[in-house]
Amino acid sequence: MSLITVKNLSVGYEGQAIEKDINFSVNKGDYLCILGENGSGKTTLMKTLLHLQKPIAGEILLQDGLRSDEIGYLPQQTVIQKDFPASVREIVRSGFLGRAGLRPFYGKEEKALAEENMERMGIKDLAQRSYRELSGGQQQRVLLARALCATHKLLVLDEPVTGLDPKATMEMYELIKKLNQEGVAIIMITHDVNVAVQYASHVLQVGTPSFFGTKESYLNSDLGKLFLLQRSKENTADAGKGGAHD
Amino acid sequence: MIDVLIVYFQMPLVQKALIVGVLIALCSSLLGVTLVLKRFSFIGDGLSHVAFGAMTIAAVLNLSNDMLLILPVTVLSAILLLHTGQNTKIKGDAAIAMISVGALAFGYLLMNLFSTSSNLSGDVCSTLFGSTSILTLTDAEVWLCIGLSVVVVLIFILFYHKIFAVTFDESFAKATGMKVEAYQLLIATVIAVIIVLAMNLVGSLLISALVIFPALSAMRMFGNFKAVTICSAVLSVCCAFLGIVISVLAGTPVGSTIVAVDVVAFLMAYAVGMIKGGSRR
Repeated sequence: MSLITVKNLSVGYEGQAIEKDINFSVNKGDYLCILGENGSGKTTLMKTLLHLQKPIAGEILLQDGLRSDEIGYLPQQTVIQKDFPASVREIVRSGFLGRAGLRPFYGKEEKALAEENMERMGIKDLAQRSYRELSGGQQQRVLLARALCATHKLLVLDEPVTGLDPKATMEMYELIKKLNQEGVAIIMITHDVNVAVQYASHVLQVGTPSFFGTKESYLNSDLGKLFLLQRSKENTADAGKGGAHD
Repeated sequence: MIDVLIVYFQMPLVQKALIVGVLIALCSSLLGVTLVLKRFSFIGDGLSHVAFGAMTIAAVLNLSNDMLLILPVTVLSAILLLHTGQNTKIKGDAAIAMISVGALAFGYLLMNLFSTSSNLSGDVCSTLFGSTSILTLTDAEVWLCIGLSVVVVLIFILFYHKIFAVTFDESFAKATGMKVEAYQLLIATVIAVIIVLAMNLVGSLLISALVIFPALSAMRMFGNFKAVTICSAVLSVCCAFLGIVISVLAGTPVGSTIVAVDVVAFLMAYAVGMIKGGSRR
């Protein structure tokens, strides 16, 4: 059974739809990549999924006992966070607050789970360190650990590798893959078709033309074929360039 | 000198000034960290101008207790300013500038048109830069200040983690089910209350100093939120205490003396941060 089903959804701002008639669903264990050009409404769609803004039309159904506060979220970093004086542990624990209600302090179980999630993300030894002193990749791990404190069912990631160097980018993708294999459903926004093709189980393309389906059917679609064609051209072009220089 | 101090400390009006001064400094420093980090440093300034405007209206209307007007007006403005922070046609900083200068102008205009006092510029000066009124506090005012401070501190402790989460990452907090708007409302209200309280101490123009300097100093020296919050509270209280004592001894204006001490403390914290952090930005 699916965790989240989106039916005829239109998203946008102030009554103006940017993107209409979006349909897709995410099952337990799925890895969905949302592809699209800049300005095609990817981020708006994500904000709507997270209830940060209201849908213009259509509906988002949460199923299989998924509550709206059980969607973990890895936002893009804000300027505020870059020099925020907070320790890694403080940030990771704050993932629990959505469900804390009016209870002012963290419980024992929550504290233990926070440690566990830091362990999972390989940042246990950084627990006391200040967030602003960490590298970009480490910061993303901290935010991922926080998201895991909020949920173990569904994570929504907004361009999680923006600003990371190639090595940190690879590590980030592998980490997300590992989480997915452990049973966490992933919805990831990316503009990198290569990544979608390599990691995702499903692809949602927003904008025109749009597409939703498994990765295999994406590769067999006109869009996918176009992409494959472009990639092989790029590869030969790169190879050609490389040859000329060397 | 010690003898003089002891004599002064036995005077009830100095005791009252110290109690009120220290409490206000404590409260204003607690939320200072949040305001600085949220890039809302000027909100204190803006709100205090609003409070100034409200005060003149209260004076014109001859209200016996001007708090009844100043507090709600300031709280309302705070909510408006914090709430419309993002996604509005007029951005946060512009909105603050607009409201604050507007309120200041209207305040002065009203004072000029309807003033009953013979010493107008003196009145304006003391509302803007803090008067000696901290040394003429009535018992009722002191109790009001103590009561409100206790409430502010309690709210801060009870909602400490939530305030942290909302400050650090609003969208995450909202996405995971926190009632972000409610907490922003809470923060705005508390800020407004603190600012109205602090007007007595340092005057409208200098309040932001009381809010931001301890926070900035603490942020230079510490890297986690808890340490920054505690350090900023301690620093603020010490500076206010020292400032009041100096002003009593030297006969300087209370508000500006406290702020001057805060500035010196910031410079020292900056140096400590440089030595401690070295490479840190």
